[in-house]
Amino acid sequence: MRPSPSSVRRGRAVLFAAALVLAAGLVQATPGATLTREDVTWLRRAGFGIDSAVLARYQALGRARYLDELLAGGDDTLPPAIQATIDSYPAVSTPPAELLAQYRGRQRQLKAMPDGDAKLAAKKALQRDGRELVKQAQQAELLRAVYGGNPLKEQMVWFWLNHFSVYGAKGRVRLLAADYEERVIRPHALGRFRDLVMATLKSPAMLEYLDNDKNAAGKVNENYARELMELHTLGVDAGYTQQDVQQLALILTGAGIAPPAPDGRPDARRRPAGAVREGLFLFNPRRHDFSDKTLLGRRIRGSGHAEIEQAVDLLTRQPACARFVSRQLAEYFLADRPPPALVDAMARTFQQSDGDIARVLRTLLASPEFAATGTRKFADPMRFLAAAMRLSLDGRPVADAAPLANWMAQLGEPPFGRITPDGWPLDGASWSGSGQMARRFDVAAAIGSGRNRLFVADGAPRTPPALDSPLFRRTLAPWLSPATRAALAKAGTAQEWNTYLLASPDFNYL
Amino acid sequence: MNRRQFLRNAALAAAALPTLSFSSRLFAAPAGSPRLLFVFLRGGYDCNNLLVPYASGFYYEARPTLAIARPDPNDANSAIALDAHWGLNPALRDSIHPLWQKKQVAFVPFAGTDDLSRSHFETQDNIERGQPGQAGDYRSGFLARLSTVLTGVPAIAFTNNLPLSFQGSPRDVPNISLKGDPKARFDERQSAILAGMYRGTPLADAASDGLALRRSVSMDLQNLEEEMVRASRGAPSASSFATETRRIAALMRDRYRLGFVDVGGWDTHVNQGGAVGQLSSNLRNLGDGLAAYADALGEAWNDTVVVVVSEFGRTFRENGDRGTDHGHGTVHWVLGGRINGGRVAGEQVAVAQPSLLQDRDYPVLNNYRDVYAGLFGRLWGLGRDQLQTVFPQARPRDLQLA
Repeated sequence: MRPSPSSVRRGRAVLFAAALVLAAGLVQATPGATLTREDVTWLRRAGFGIDSAVLARYQALGRARYLDELLAGGDDTLPPAIQATIDSYPAVSTPPAELLAQYRGRQRQLKAMPDGDAKLAAKKALQRDGRELVKQAQQAELLRAVYGGNPLKEQMVWFWLNHFSVYGAKGRVRLLAADYEERVIRPHALGRFRDLVMATLKSPAMLEYLDNDKNAAGKVNENYARELMELHTLGVDAGYTQQDVQQLALILTGAGIAPPAPDGRPDARRRPAGAVREGLFLFNPRRHDFSDKTLLGRRIRGSGHAEIEQAVDLLTRQPACARFVSRQLAEYFLADRPPPALVDAMARTFQQSDGDIARVLRTLLASPEFAATGTRKFADPMRFLAAAMRLSLDGRPVADAAPLANWMAQLGEPPFGRITPDGWPLDGASWSGSGQMARRFDVAAAIGSGRNRLFVADGAPRTPPALDSPLFRRTLAPWLSPATRAALAKAGTAQEWNTYLLASPDFNYL
Repeated sequence: MNRRQFLRNAALAAAALPTLSFSSRLFAAPAGSPRLLFVFLRGGYDCNNLLVPYASGFYYEARPTLAIARPDPNDANSAIALDAHWGLNPALRDSIHPLWQKKQVAFVPFAGTDDLSRSHFETQDNIERGQPGQAGDYRSGFLARLSTVLTGVPAIAFTNNLPLSFQGSPRDVPNISLKGDPKARFDERQSAILAGMYRGTPLADAASDGLALRRSVSMDLQNLEEEMVRASRGAPSASSFATETRRIAALMRDRYRLGFVDVGGWDTHVNQGGAVGQLSSNLRNLGDGLAAYADALGEAWNDTVVVVVSEFGRTFRENGDRGTDHGHGTVHWVLGGRINGGRVAGEQVAVAQPSLLQDRDYPVLNNYRDVYAGLFGRLWGLGRDQLQTVFPQARPRDLQLA
């Protein structure tokens, strides 16, 4: 969504006011201001946890205006050191067309090499570089989750990455995962749902992952068509049929990835009439099935690329789509079984606003339930880790992001690591088995002890972070359960204290 | 460590943690009920160099550098004849062949799934879900469904993350990797404090079980490790599968009845090797591990079944890199002290070029869902409805393996 001129102006004025507050050294805490339990609950759910900058902003603006600011979607700012780290990743900084061209070139060289050790070594190097690109994409995403200036937007980027999940280790997805996060999902994270669907549909990562690149007239591949309905828009029980899947697959024939030119520049060859080229997306009419189709009872005339636009309009305007997406958002943010009336209200907003994500979120975040302390949700590993890092780092830049990705792998939720297209589970119950609890305690100890590699590159000593901070005392301490208080009182060392806090139900339930 | 000593250790472990509330399932495994370990070879192992179709001239034509020689008593690198058609990779001479002679191992060639994607992840996923075709629930594994239709069969995955096979169970299925020595990070006092925070919450059992499992496993293994060091008069090999399976046996013997473990490193596209080389050393490691498992279980091996599967077989012909590419049908293994082994079971077809699927790889004549529905039916006396819950729409085929 593009913010209106007035909201931009308002945002600037607010930034200016906040700068004054910063200048007065009042970022850490405004001692006089009272923070209620509802404030903290709301902030922990809306943000990726709480750090001092988020808290200061919330207190400066109040909940309603802070929500306006979050939903306006600006402010992808990061601490300069973190931005520099992300910029240093070739996965992020190299245009995807160039990455694809390089990869293809190396594959061709490899094929031409005679069998032997040199070929084996070249093959291994190619695989290693591919894994490295995925690692960079993971680290970029995790750094943004931990440091992003708009934590609600960061949660939505993560939510959509998972809703439109791609698996980083499949084929060329490894080259495209970072592009997918930065340039496909992020610009639409708070925009219109329909635009987001179109962006993912045309993204090289999705075209590769769900095989629509292979979908052509006479050689139909239904993989993407099925998931576009089942996982991305309507949900499995929405009443569509196998016939609808087949028809949608025909509509999508010819939508694929443009072959990279050897030098990585856009291919200048003449394209047939009706071809559509956008970045790496290519609609090739020669591969398209031009028959007339019927989708969800609606006739779609065989006309080429326009069929895809019509089909996505049709899918995203179904009441089932509004309900499905609203239910998932409420489940992610609020509760494994969100209140049906709230989901209905969100679905109504979705339909009335033609799928305006920010407005649907406003219905959710402005609801009384969102600040209520009664419903509790066990945080998935991503929300746990982001909150733990926001509390313990509080804006201090790490020197090495690798531990973040390692912890996510240990906790079983690595970004771009979900093999199946359904994304990681949204419900808390999927993350709280006995083995997973033991893992979470381990990671709590790895963070709480400071015995990790976050700052090794800086040469900083591996000391426990000071979690018993003013930030903690203002946001979490007043409402800790007696059991957690008792545990913290038994801690013999700072690292033990940190571990218990991060392992506690108070920290792990949102 | 004998059984009595084990129980004493377990009791000590329990007594040492008075403040932890063990839920009953950690120590509940009824005596005498069958024990199943599911071994998943991830990467698609080359079954044609495990179970060598030595009677097929086509095999030798198709694999000029990779083929394993016809059985020859004077050649230690030749296949070991199992019958008139099939030979065993000689890397398994000291591990699996003795079990074969005791009729404690059977092979099921032309086994696998309907999934023809030849993609590792799609096919592994398809097998672990155990549901027909592409349809069904992405988060429901067949071992999870098996464990819900059974009672008194405690389940565990010996993996870092809960595998899809075990996902979707309404009951908690613990997981712990025994590849390394799983040291408990928290001592008794810390474990009690951590578990104490969750007392009275819905996660009380999960929190205390997770901690208790780590601690009791690390104690059991400490004893086992000492015993292994004594037995081998030195340190046991750190990275071998046998070290891992001896640890697994220590848990499966008394506490668990349904287990899962996976082994990687089978995707041999390049320089696969023949009787010696990459694949054969992997097979040797696997065979040694399975033999060690049988040995470590002692008497309990008699009511144990081990199933070894992989997502697919590989191309019947070797490729230009002295390796093999993704294929389809594979060979599954079934082992156990009292199984009906010493035979190559299931439907078969002569190994020749015309019988290849798409002129490329083994066809699947024994769908694993049908075969394991038959096996589970025999092992636990499951009825039709229960088997349909485990493998929807399967047509159970009883190969009389157990």
